Amino acid sequence: MSQQEWPLWEVFIRSKKGLNHKHVGSLRAPDAQLAVENARDVYTRRSEGISIWVVLSNDIVASDPSESPELFEPADDKVYRHPTFYDVPDGISHM
Amino acid sequence: MLILFVLIVLKHIFVLLSCVPMENKNLELLEEKFQQKIDQDIKIEPNDWMPDNYRQTLIRQISQHAHSEVVGMLPEGNWITRAPNLRRKAVLLAKVQDEAGHGLYLYSAVETLGADREDTIDDLHSGKVKYSSIFNYPTLSWADMGAIGWLVDGAAIMNQVPLCRCSYGPYARAMVRVCKEESFHQRQGFEIMTTLCKGTLEQKAMAQDAFNRFWWPALMMFGPNDADSKHSAQSMKWKIKRSTNDELRQQFIDVTVPQAELLGLTIPDADLKWNESTNHYDFGTINWDEFWQVVNGNGPCNAERIEARTKAKENGLWVRAAAMAHAEKQRERTKQSA
Repeated sequence: MSQQEWPLWEVFIRSKKGLNHKHVGSLRAPDAQLAVENARDVYTRRSEGISIWVVLSNDIVASDPSESPELFEPADDKVYRHPTFYDVPDGISHM
Repeated sequence: MLILFVLIVLKHIFVLLSCVPMENKNLELLEEKFQQKIDQDIKIEPNDWMPDNYRQTLIRQISQHAHSEVVGMLPEGNWITRAPNLRRKAVLLAKVQDEAGHGLYLYSAVETLGADREDTIDDLHSGKVKYSSIFNYPTLSWADMGAIGWLVDGAAIMNQVPLCRCSYGPYARAMVRVCKEESFHQRQGFEIMTTLCKGTLEQKAMAQDAFNRFWWPALMMFGPNDADSKHSAQSMKWKIKRSTNDELRQQFIDVTVPQAELLGLTIPDADLKWNESTNHYDFGTINWDEFWQVVNGNGPCNAERIEARTKAKENGLWVRAAAMAHAEKQRERTKQSA
């Protein structure tokens, strides 16, 4: 008999209309349909969601935390991307 | 030529000699940076570098916690078919289902550390990894459902609330979810106790009997005294643990005694009394011999609990294999028709 483990799925829940799906955790299931059904039982027992996404954990590509400084550094020295960088003369409104 | 050879050999020796301290130096640096993150309350996430001991400590603690949730279903599952009415039965079912859910959140957290879920479960069955000793006590009457919800879940909440601020992200997030659900568990238990205490003399006696049997084991749930707790200091430094065993135990006693008084129950501890100078209750000596006996496998239900869990895994094997085979067949079919 196969001792093979069920694959791992990452679960994303939309808690209500107008909001993004958000990662809530993971679970094991043999296929996508059962992953959705198990996700309902594990992660939405108290009406926490109106929509579920599941994706095989192996299919997720993540950035490497040890490379985070280089990866995100380009944004750090561009303060002019923020509105607070600019002086607005007194008396100007709606800006 | 010979000089060159000697030089090369010397260089190799030099590299070999310098490598070990270099690696140690790097490790020290990484550990220092890691501790700085912890001190600044920056959460550790699965792919971040972490000391091997931190990883192993978490795998041990989270898997023990997961096993406790799952084994914890057994003593209460014992009463589902005998709940006194439909409302109580629906509530107990929902509670036991929550415990299964809590186990699953925690197994999912332990997997983020690179541990294999099935291996951790096998470690439970072989006795290598423990679970909360409280679940090795039998549930002899319906009142035990009340005492467990009130005291055992109450103690669990005391333990788990500080864990919501644990330094390891996935564990902390799982605990937030667990704590939200746990307060219903405690209230439903207290409701059972209230009803019994307001009932007939026999019902009140049932409640007192359950309280007598679960009071001391509930106090033991916080673990050994701080002086005897071997992992405490390091876990506090790593912010895996945020309060000590004795602090949490005292906190539990201080909030629970007035609740017991309100129910009109007698606390089974002759030494228990309010201490005005400390603003805490003083209490009697815990029977640590009993605690270690139960932890080491000699409690009233240890063998029964492990047997039930092992059987559940073995008997479910063919279902898991069949579901997997079915999924593979479906995938093949979709491939062919595409």
